[in-house]
Amino acid sequence: MAQPARLSAMSSTTDTRHHSSKRTSIVDRNLNKTKAAEIGLSAFAFLFSEMLQYAQKRVHGIQDLERKLNDFGYRVGTRLLELIVWREKNSKRETRVIGILSFINTTVWKTLFGKQADSLEKSTENDDEYMISDNDPLITKFISVPKELSQLNCNAFLAGIVEAILDGTQFPSRVTAHSNPIDGFPLRATILVKLDREILQREEQLR
Amino acid sequence: MIYSLYIINKAGGLIYQKNFSEGLKRLTANEYLVLAGTFHSVHAITSKISPVRNITSSGLEVLEADTFKLYCYQTLTGTKFLIIADLTHPNIDLVLRRTYDVYSDFVMKNPFYTPEMPIRSELFDMNLAKLIKQVGG
Repeated sequence: MAQPARLSAMSSTTDTRHHSSKRTSIVDRNLNKTKAAEIGLSAFAFLFSEMLQYAQKRVHGIQDLERKLNDFGYRVGTRLLELIVWREKNSKRETRVIGILSFINTTVWKTLFGKQADSLEKSTENDDEYMISDNDPLITKFISVPKELSQLNCNAFLAGIVEAILDGTQFPSRVTAHSNPIDGFPLRATILVKLDREILQREEQLR
Repeated sequence: MIYSLYIINKAGGLIYQKNFSEGLKRLTANEYLVLAGTFHSVHAITSKISPVRNITSSGLEVLEADTFKLYCYQTLTGTKFLIIADLTHPNIDLVLRRTYDVYSDFVMKNPFYTPEMPIRSELFDMNLAKLIKQVGG
């Protein structure tokens, strides 16, 4: 069925439209050409569904499954970071925590989903924790988690992407995904970023 | 007014049943299964007895009774969507197709769903309820 909503291209390699039968191979194509290209959300949903079923057969328990989804995302994230940095010709190197987090909140989210994340907050309880929230996460738009797996959050994939980007920009952290429903947005998900201690020390020095 | 929806898999098994109106008499789980199986067989027969030669019939599409109308939409994959509604509803065809949309989105794209098995999906229930409300359940 046709879907009006679309998922932005994750990388140029996912775009299969806009070329004739005499196509150049994807590695020869200009990376910028597909900057604004989008892929069908259905295509992504079916691919992700198969990935999840594949992972589910090879894990023991929910945590193991989330870790595997996180790994999948990590592999996407490392490539995505390189692509974004290459495309943003005059971008600067982020050295501060707030800088890199708002880069993820805006640029990364826009590249992936065509919109900004809905909020970026600092945890009130812990100094080293930040939360990025999406009111209507595209990745899990069609996924209903059964009751016996209610602990599972499939946005672990997205958490993996974020973790890879933080790692790649020298902000090693632990990133996890949690469902965090609020009024009007039952599917809202929060990506929790827990920064390594060394980053906080570095922040102190940079101040 | 839409009374209820049935989804029957290609083997004739009932994989989803929901009533949308208050005060409908409930059948037992077994009776619903029998009903679905019987309809599946009748549908198979009706698709064989087309009087026109060399044209494959789509089988039973509407069944009209004194108090209700039953509409059936069979997808290319053999899944059947049945809607039971009152006699006056203007556009059940559209409702059936929209139901199929919702089914393809929230059942088929859900990694935790096994094809041909009973449907247990929160998002499907939610979006179906929204659709029925929109079209005047």
